[in-house]
Amino acid sequence: MMYSETVLDHFRNPRNVGEIEDADGVGTVGNPVCGDMMSVYIKVEDDKIADIKFRTFGCGAAIATTSMTTELAKGKTLDEAMEITRKDVADELGGLPPVKMHCSNLAADALHEAIEDYRKKKGE
Amino acid sequence: MNVYMDNGAARSVDPRVLEEMMPYFSDKYGNPSSFHGKGFDAQGAMKEARERVASLIGAESSEIIFTSSATESNNLGIFGAMRRYKKKGNRIVISKIEHISIMNIVKGLNREGFETEYIPVDDQGIIELGELDELINDETILVSVMAANGEIGTIQPIKKVADAAHEHGALFHTDATAAAGQMSIDVSDTSIDLMSLSSNDLYGPKGVGALYMRKGVRVRPMMLGGGQENGLRSGSENIPGMVGMGKAAELVLKEMKVESERLTGLRDTLIKGLVETIPESYLNGHPTERLPNNANVRFSYIEGESLILSLDQLGIQVSSGSACTAKTLEPSHVLRALGLKHEEAHGSLVFTLGRDNSKEHVEYLIQQMPDVVSRLRVMSPLTPEELR
Repeated sequence: MMYSETVLDHFRNPRNVGEIEDADGVGTVGNPVCGDMMSVYIKVEDDKIADIKFRTFGCGAAIATTSMTTELAKGKTLDEAMEITRKDVADELGGLPPVKMHCSNLAADALHEAIEDYRKKKGE
Repeated sequence: MNVYMDNGAARSVDPRVLEEMMPYFSDKYGNPSSFHGKGFDAQGAMKEARERVASLIGAESSEIIFTSSATESNNLGIFGAMRRYKKKGNRIVISKIEHISIMNIVKGLNREGFETEYIPVDDQGIIELGELDELINDETILVSVMAANGEIGTIQPIKKVADAAHEHGALFHTDATAAAGQMSIDVSDTSIDLMSLSSNDLYGPKGVGALYMRKGVRVRPMMLGGGQENGLRSGSENIPGMVGMGKAAELVLKEMKVESERLTGLRDTLIKGLVETIPESYLNGHPTERLPNNANVRFSYIEGESLILSLDQLGIQVSSGSACTAKTLEPSHVLRALGLKHEEAHGSLVFTLGRDNSKEHVEYLIQQMPDVVSRLRVMSPLTPEELR
């Protein structure tokens, strides 16, 4: 099993690591029991993702996919960000080993949860 | 600096071993079944190799069967004995922390109608001897407990298990893959009936293993054909491989005492250096009843594969009991058997030292590890604030 150069790059230099203290929306998926868990924090301005950060517990693929997801989502409108799929994330990373497709590629779900969280709080 | 600490997964072949093997690829390529000079050369080489492997474990050379791997030895020894002695009963007893090959062999046996009982281990990985009376009975054909565990390093009291098996007329098999070459194992002292060995773990070539089978013990062969290896393992002999394993066994026997003491020192420095400097890091396995070359350390809040990848960037190669590096998604059954939770098992690293490792390697690891751990902990949502 080998990771692509892009996966390794995002693992070594993950983008947008951290937490947004006064986040407008937070999404958390996975759990430590299965070995992967990620939290995505968003700040929304003019219906766009103005800032996004994440924390991930998990393998190289879990960290890389969350990092890539935050890159893809930044600056997008909420509707556009809701369209980002797990497959988009894997494709942007130059593919993932098959065994990682399901267990570690959950970051898009965390992003969608964060957006839904924001919308719920806003009462939409 | 390149620091290879994954000797449990693969070892380099000793140059003296390779040198001894080479002529058997080029000049002395004969088949030992042939009745001519080339055949006799091969026969002689095979005989010497068998004697050398036998010497490592205090056996007679007629008690050694060459195979392709320790996995094959486990298959031949366990399937072979269970099928051969079917009339005695239907039970096999193994520990909960056997190598994956044995865990899967018993699943195969269960499909043939045999029943498996598992011996639990305590939180340091030593089998619960008190349970043996309950688990082994007159229906038991075979008991198999590894001499030492390659992942957590724990050494088992196999002599006591062998005695308990024999009290009920059962055979005793031990998988000595991880132990052989690290500690002395004598088949006569320990009353072992069957034992699996691997060549690469002795710095011999891959693709060779051996099964020790005490005189008088019988097994059904798995591989049928021309009747090589006393009819127990047909197929033209891998002479270079046998020669390599034989030489490796000879060297390891000669050098074991000094090397094991050296490795034990490095191991203890490594364990102390990690556990004492990195908060919430813990040793898995037993502190002293452990293989000289094995350290297994668990780091809370982070996951093993990301640790491995990070260390690889620094030129350090290690292994993990983590789910993500395996083909299945379950964390190591060995760590689970110690009572560790899934999330604890996920964050464990296995360091298996070898002949090429030096004090400088261990110091380099101890120096690099805190930053690697803290970088991943900063990223992890599980890390408590005070550790970020």
